[in-house]
Amino acid sequence: MIPLPWLLVFAAALFCIGLFGVLARKNLVAILMGVELMLNAVNVNLIAFWRYFSAAGEDSTRAWTFVAVVLVAAAAEAAVGLALIISVYRRRKTVVADELNLMKG
Amino acid sequence: MTALQIIFLFVAAVTLASAVMVVSARRMMHAALWLVLSLAGVAVIFALLDAGFFTVVQVLVYIGAIAILIIFAIMLTRKAMEDVGPQLNRGWWLAALAAVGVFAGLAVVLVSWPGVNASAGAGPDANLIVTFGKDLVDPHKFVMPFEVASVMLLAALIGAIYVSVEHKGGQK
Repeated sequence: MIPLPWLLVFAAALFCIGLFGVLARKNLVAILMGVELMLNAVNVNLIAFWRYFSAAGEDSTRAWTFVAVVLVAAAAEAAVGLALIISVYRRRKTVVADELNLMKG
Repeated sequence: MTALQIIFLFVAAVTLASAVMVVSARRMMHAALWLVLSLAGVAVIFALLDAGFFTVVQVLVYIGAIAILIIFAIMLTRKAMEDVGPQLNRGWWLAALAAVGVFAGLAVVLVSWPGVNASAGAGPDANLIVTFGKDLVDPHKFVMPFEVASVMLLAALIGAIYVSVEHKGGQK
């Protein structure tokens, strides 16, 4: 079996790459892609902990429920986020986060 | 080193490399295609962890739906951002510093955690998917999260349609 630290370090690396994408990219769609990477890293962690600590136990479906809810949240987030991006593009003709400063004080 | 570990290392390397390409590719369409490869790598890792159900869900939901949505959004907003010029904002080195810092912190915490050397127990039940389906509609188990997730999806669906539809009569 794969050692648990490998999985956790892999998930942490994936999460941090996604974090960099969210913080550093200019394009709104690219920021959303970074968020997707981060959510995936969280799911890898959840599945790894399930496999190593409760796969054969009494309440082994608990972790799966958690992962399923994260997946649903990711789908909802992608749908709403992309709708917002398209709406913003229609009004402002831009998808660059820096140029969307209408609410800046 | 077993075959499983070699497969894991290979898949993890491919996944991380394509994730780096996602955040660094100059062309958005290329970034989206790298994202598909990265999500597929995560699906393979789910399979290696005996969670075949989530491999299927990952392929269906992420690669089948979310990646296609992202590609649509890129195509609809393509003229707004030419694929030339810097794709990273001015403070990107701060972002890189934050990412490396978070990774170092996580790695230190994980390695010093005593439970990290747990060995995997027996594999999951063959009937786990059946149990999972029953638990999701069992009032004593997870029917609440299940219903809340359904309502959230419905709200997101209606919200997305409302936000993206073009309102007649100028500014609304």
